[in-house]
Amino acid sequence: MTAPIIEIRDVNKKYDEGRPALADVDLEVNAGDALAVLGPSGSGKSTLLNMIAGLDRPSEGTVTVDGLRLDRQGEAALARYRRERIGMVFQFFNLLDDLTVEDNVLLPAQLAGRPRALARHRAAHLLERLGVARHARAFPGRLSGGERQRVAVARALMNRPRLLLADEPTGALDSASAAEVRELLAELNQEGQTIVLVTHDTALAASCATRTVELVDGRIARDVVRTVAE
Amino acid sequence: MSALGKVVRAGVGRRRVQTLVMVLTTTMAVAAAVLATGLLVASRAPFEHAFATQRGAHLTAWFDPGRVTAAQVTATAHLADVTTAAGPYPVRSLSPRIGANRSRMPVGGVMPEMSVVGRADTGGAVDELSLTAGHWATGSGQIVLSDGTTPLSPGDRMSFPDLPGKPVLTVVGLARSVTATADAWVSPAQLAALTTPGSRPGLQMLYRFRHAATDAEVTAGRKAIENAVPAGSLAGASSFLQAERSANRTTSTLVPFVIAFGVIGLVMSVLVIGTVVSGAVGTATRRIGILKSLGFTPAQVVRAYVAQALIPATVGTALGVVLGNLMAVPALGVAQRAYSTSSLTIAPWIDLAVSAVALAVVAATALAPALRAGRLRTVEAIALGRTPRAGRGRAVRRLLGRLPLPRALSLGLANPFARPARSATVASAVVFGTIGVTFGAGLAISVNGVQHGLDRENAGAVTVQNVAPLAGKGSRNTVDPALIAAKITAQPGTRRYFSTAQTRVGVAGLAGSTGVVAYQGDSSWGAYQMISGTWFDGPGQAVVPYGFLRATGTHVGDTVTLTAGGRRAAVRIVGEDLDTSEGGMVIRTDLSSLAGLGLTIPSELVQFRIDLKFGTDATAYAASLGKALQPPGVLVFPTGNTVSPTIIAIDALMAMFTLMLVAVAGLGVLNTVVLDTRERVHDFGVFKALGMSPRQTVAMVLTSVAGIGLVAAAAGVPVGVALHTWVVPVMGHAAGTAIPATDMAVYSLPVLAGLVLGGLVIAAAGALLPAGWAAKARTAAALRSE
Repeated sequence: MTAPIIEIRDVNKKYDEGRPALADVDLEVNAGDALAVLGPSGSGKSTLLNMIAGLDRPSEGTVTVDGLRLDRQGEAALARYRRERIGMVFQFFNLLDDLTVEDNVLLPAQLAGRPRALARHRAAHLLERLGVARHARAFPGRLSGGERQRVAVARALMNRPRLLLADEPTGALDSASAAEVRELLAELNQEGQTIVLVTHDTALAASCATRTVELVDGRIARDVVRTVAE
Repeated sequence: MSALGKVVRAGVGRRRVQTLVMVLTTTMAVAAAVLATGLLVASRAPFEHAFATQRGAHLTAWFDPGRVTAAQVTATAHLADVTTAAGPYPVRSLSPRIGANRSRMPVGGVMPEMSVVGRADTGGAVDELSLTAGHWATGSGQIVLSDGTTPLSPGDRMSFPDLPGKPVLTVVGLARSVTATADAWVSPAQLAALTTPGSRPGLQMLYRFRHAATDAEVTAGRKAIENAVPAGSLAGASSFLQAERSANRTTSTLVPFVIAFGVIGLVMSVLVIGTVVSGAVGTATRRIGILKSLGFTPAQVVRAYVAQALIPATVGTALGVVLGNLMAVPALGVAQRAYSTSSLTIAPWIDLAVSAVALAVVAATALAPALRAGRLRTVEAIALGRTPRAGRGRAVRRLLGRLPLPRALSLGLANPFARPARSATVASAVVFGTIGVTFGAGLAISVNGVQHGLDRENAGAVTVQNVAPLAGKGSRNTVDPALIAAKITAQPGTRRYFSTAQTRVGVAGLAGSTGVVAYQGDSSWGAYQMISGTWFDGPGQAVVPYGFLRATGTHVGDTVTLTAGGRRAAVRIVGEDLDTSEGGMVIRTDLSSLAGLGLTIPSELVQFRIDLKFGTDATAYAASLGKALQPPGVLVFPTGNTVSPTIIAIDALMAMFTLMLVAVAGLGVLNTVVLDTRERVHDFGVFKALGMSPRQTVAMVLTSVAGIGLVAAAAGVPVGVALHTWVVPVMGHAAGTAIPATDMAVYSLPVLAGLVLGGLVIAAAGALLPAGWAAKARTAAALRSE
């Protein structure tokens, strides 16, 4: 049995004096899984994703991703972790409007200091693979929502991350574009990409998640592993 | 509190950094403006100001006690043209010797003859004295010396061996009289003790006249006094106009560069205040939309945003006025020394005027964007706040992205092209900061170069002065210069020496007499700094300063005729030297050039300048030579350089102005980068989510101003150089000299490179803080921001 790629142990997160955003969360995710984190607004989904992305730290407990204890890392190490081991996709794409599609996709490789030619080759491949190659020289503002999210996925995959994190990836898309993204994520997972996605979109969870976790008031209320037959 | 008040308060409190920057910028700008304006106003009439404050004497008169009584002198205070008078004070002319001292002066050395006045205190209806060190002489054995004319300090002693009992006085203070009415002051009782039995001290009377604007009016006042006392009893008198002319020469030297700095400071103040205010208003567009959607009228929006700018500006203005006045204390203190005047302060009207102008500028600058905000349609305002603006400079960004640079750097370099107006603001701040630094640094180097050149008047490590003290009943002790020369030659440690003798001659074409310094021996090693031509190297040659050339209309290469006692001698001007003594009118030549004039130069006017062998201690040498030249009559002392108070004033003011300009420029950059960083916080979140490290974030922000900084500095440096090229000669002419080419050519390639890098440093320093904030910003929060 392989070691889990994500290990979350006894994690609590409190922002203020009020109710904790996360409470006694224990979670393991294996390589190749596609985990969908479901739950109502304020249930702690994004907080959990931020912990895994190294964007936030737990008040208590440990977060280990790909063998790296994130809660012990400094900012520089976390930045290195984000650019080398994970890719992130956001609800509102978070593409940089002043950069072309190609430059957006190249950005993680350039920040990581990857050789230029290799990076361009990889970007071209990803844009082709995701069906947005014709927009390589365009600026994101000219693309449709679905196309933008495909570009965002290409950018997230640029450094061949072991883990793809997606925060409401279909939340800002029309139904046709959402379906495209669902299909894309399912394909990626079938190719072996580990995915953790946070979503309200039950269709998305149903189409591409191999496992669903439901958070309620910061606690894991349900953890369902789906079989292929399901 | 009204809704408007709450909005204003919230707006000020919400953007604390911006508010703080606005407060600090306004503080610095107002402080600089108060200081600059204060100095400009003070420099317009420092002597007149001090003269009025100290109730200076229009005429200082000395009466012979053998021919007039104190009552008769006192009665002159009631003459028609006399408005106020003080005295009569007892006065004596004395020849003291140097006593035990901590000022490294040779004990027993003869001091120049000085007039000592008996005054009970520093006050009086006329000539209020300004104590600059120590305390007033109130008791026995105490003396206060005139500041700026003595090498002695409080605690040092002076002896009077020619007087009965050989009294020794301790210097207890230094004081300044605006018209230099005495060299020293003691208590009236002490002055009586310094008076030889059987003799009476002279009487000094100080007058202020109803009309004293011209020499003729002062002379008329003097005539009236002379006519009111017994004939021949007015032994001498001096007009304040002479002191005024001397003081104004120094003032004129300071004015050009104070104006230059003042103008730069004021322009920067307007620029930075304008940027801060329009930036603050410009970044709140969405908030304006929300306010209007809640029912605020356009007028209320305008008032809210002008008030939000005025609140921190008012605080900054108040602080700036206080700071400006505090800074003026040492600045004007130094200027005061340069002006030879007493306490100068910032006039209250300057504080009020600068405050009013600063607040008017803030209000006017805030009004334009506030009016625009007031006119914005609500929907547009909200949409403008949410929607990213159309990107500018995309082509440049793409181009820079292709450069073989780390991506963080190329992103930073491209950033200015996305916001040209904001980049222009950073550039302007850096340009003006660089102009200030370039001008200030060049001025400092030039001025200190000139000071170094002027120091050449103190050639050699040891000076021998053939002072002639009074001995017995009016006879004088002098030492034969040939004997002094022999002793110097025989003294171990002597390397080389020359002598100088001062005399006065007539110059064809010039009225009155002109000072001549005649050199004997090889003086080439003690040559003055040359502005043009060369130092004389034989008979018939002379060097003269700028003032002489200007007064006679001659040039280097011309021949002038010197006259004395009906004889004539021609000398050819072979060089223009850097010399401001006697208004730049002193001729320097070899003694043999004056042979045709048949002059007999008194031996007491001869000085020797001695250069020592390497490793010889000047103090020990001076003491040893002094012993060898006993009996007394010769003053031997280590040569010391005297730094001109004008140079000190320029250095201090220049440093202060330059620092302030740099600080304002840095704050200007800081404000702009803060605005930019706030607007781009979401982008920073994205970059960091993609793996941009804190170091890369800092590098990106710093690079975003580095390019502008370099370009702006490259533009500012030539302007600073031009300003230097224009102002320094004007200052020199005001001081009565041309500036040597070597002291003008101060901008060598390394200096220029350093100055351009200085612009980069200003930009980077201003951006460092917001760069740190950007690096530390929580990524998750940044991603959530709109």
